[in-house]
Amino acid sequence: MATTLEPEVSALPARKSLSPGAEAWRRLRRNPVAVISGLFIALLVLVAVCAPLFTHYAYDFLDTKSYNSLPSPPDSRHLLGTDGLGEDVLSRLLYGARVSLGVSLVVIIVEVLIGVTLGLVAGYFSGWTDVGLMRVTDVMFAFPDILLAIMLSAIVRSGSQALPPASSFLVLFFALGVVGWPGIARLVRGQALALREKEYIEAARAIGVKDRNIIFRHLLPNLLSPIIVQVTQDIAGVILAESTLSFLGLGVQPPFPSWGRMIDEALVYKETHPLLLLAPGLLLALTVMAFNFFGDALRDALDPRLRE
Amino acid sequence: MFNFLLKRLALAIPTLLAVSFLVFLAARLAPASPIDIIAGEKATAETKARLAHEYGLDRPFLVQYLDYVGKIVLHGDLGRSFSRDRQPVTQMIREDFPVTAQLAIAAMLFALLIGLPVGVFAALYHNSWFDRLAMGAVVALVSVPGIVLGPLLALLFAVKLRWLPVSGWEPVTLLVGGKFYVSLVNPKYLVLPTIALGSRSAALMARFMRASLLEVLRQDYLRTAMAKGLSRGRAVWRHALKNAALPVLTVIGTNFGYLLTGSFVVETIFQIPGIGYVSIDSITKRDYAVIQGMALLVAVVFLLVNLVVDILYGVIDPRVRREA
Repeated sequence: MATTLEPEVSALPARKSLSPGAEAWRRLRRNPVAVISGLFIALLVLVAVCAPLFTHYAYDFLDTKSYNSLPSPPDSRHLLGTDGLGEDVLSRLLYGARVSLGVSLVVIIVEVLIGVTLGLVAGYFSGWTDVGLMRVTDVMFAFPDILLAIMLSAIVRSGSQALPPASSFLVLFFALGVVGWPGIARLVRGQALALREKEYIEAARAIGVKDRNIIFRHLLPNLLSPIIVQVTQDIAGVILAESTLSFLGLGVQPPFPSWGRMIDEALVYKETHPLLLLAPGLLLALTVMAFNFFGDALRDALDPRLRE
Repeated sequence: MFNFLLKRLALAIPTLLAVSFLVFLAARLAPASPIDIIAGEKATAETKARLAHEYGLDRPFLVQYLDYVGKIVLHGDLGRSFSRDRQPVTQMIREDFPVTAQLAIAAMLFALLIGLPVGVFAALYHNSWFDRLAMGAVVALVSVPGIVLGPLLALLFAVKLRWLPVSGWEPVTLLVGGKFYVSLVNPKYLVLPTIALGSRSAALMARFMRASLLEVLRQDYLRTAMAKGLSRGRAVWRHALKNAALPVLTVIGTNFGYLLTGSFVVETIFQIPGIGYVSIDSITKRDYAVIQGMALLVAVVFLLVNLVVDILYGVIDPRVRREA
């Protein structure tokens, strides 16, 4: 049988069969939305990492000449002008990107570690672990997510006298990490529950592979693409949450820059110096948009069946 | 139906208890005790001990928690604010919640009135220019954070065009039926906050409505209806819309969460005296009886809205009732 088919197969135009990863990469490259949003994100990461190369003012540099006066408009020394404290707007935007992306990175790592571990355990072993986990996530979902983060950081803050500015980052990691993991845990749990019944898992179990090895060697690799998609989409949410918390005065504390806080501080000057408001606002919106678009494109590329 | 209701309510109670426990626990885990805050930094050890006894904070944690829950259940007592003349938290809620409720309801109506029709037309004219434009706008709107949209709207419509007030909240008291006084907001103060708050939900509704209707349009029963001679318009109106609207109902529940969250931001931007504004103010003053009370209130409202949605879903779709 197989021999009769062979000539026909080779008669088809030669096309290398690609691995699923390469196939997804090819689809991603061909999607203009993915390319543009991906480039924007790459550029943002670049300026965040190399912020000192693009501006010669430190994020907490106060220009004493324009200090204690009103914000000053753009000139040759400060390309985007200075804010109400005499800080260089451009350098605060750039270092703000560093804060925004850095906070999201840590929060995502926290929520992935907790969410994936608990989700795998609950999905693979079922039983009481599963019931317990689902009840806990039910409670977490009973709160709108950013609000839970607001409440958590509010309560941690309300109990401590004056937090040193740097530890405000720890509060953020805690508040946003606690809020983020149930989504991932549910996703992983659902997928693990379905994969558990597949023949290859049953086969692995039948030949005596240890549970730990089944989970890490067989389950986890098959769960990577939904996790990656979820994480990309979560980044947009975390950036949004961080800037919202900072806007409300509950996130990043001075002297560290944050786009959310820049927007908050610019509100007073919105009639006289709208640029102070527009610059961080647009950058924040574009960043969130880029991650949303890229997340959608990544989902389409990794699993074309999901596209409507 | 009665059993279904009972089951739903029974599920809400443990969730509520857990939420209250979480809020209570988080406050106790904080590095400094509430006594340090009430007494101030210079207080002596005796003063602190006296205050701790007075507030019952020297008792074991679980006793304190049970006392807190007990007071809520028996007396509806949420404690008192110490930054506002020991005003009861429940009284603050009575005054401020109607403001937030008006804003949230207005934003929800805005989201439904804009989102649903856009979603329906995008699905009916699938892949048309309208569909593409609408879906592009959806991603854009979902991506513009409230802290950006709110100030931008104020900048454009209040500062530049001077059509609407920049911020504030002006209540108008109306006499209804010669008996009840109802305090409503002057609509011109409601417009910008409503758009700032409701846009994201409108976008999410449009996307969900479109997906849901597209799914229904592919079903066989719709083809059957048209094969029997119904026009496409009538088939959509009589059969498709009803079925497509069902899943959208659940989204209303979760969207209410966004609105409550968003109200914190929008109330801060537009200086509206609702629970969001009060909560943020209490946070800066570390008035944590108020923070706890507001957290519980929001959880209760969110749970209730989702409960009502669940029940409505059960009423409309008998399959859900049987499964539960």
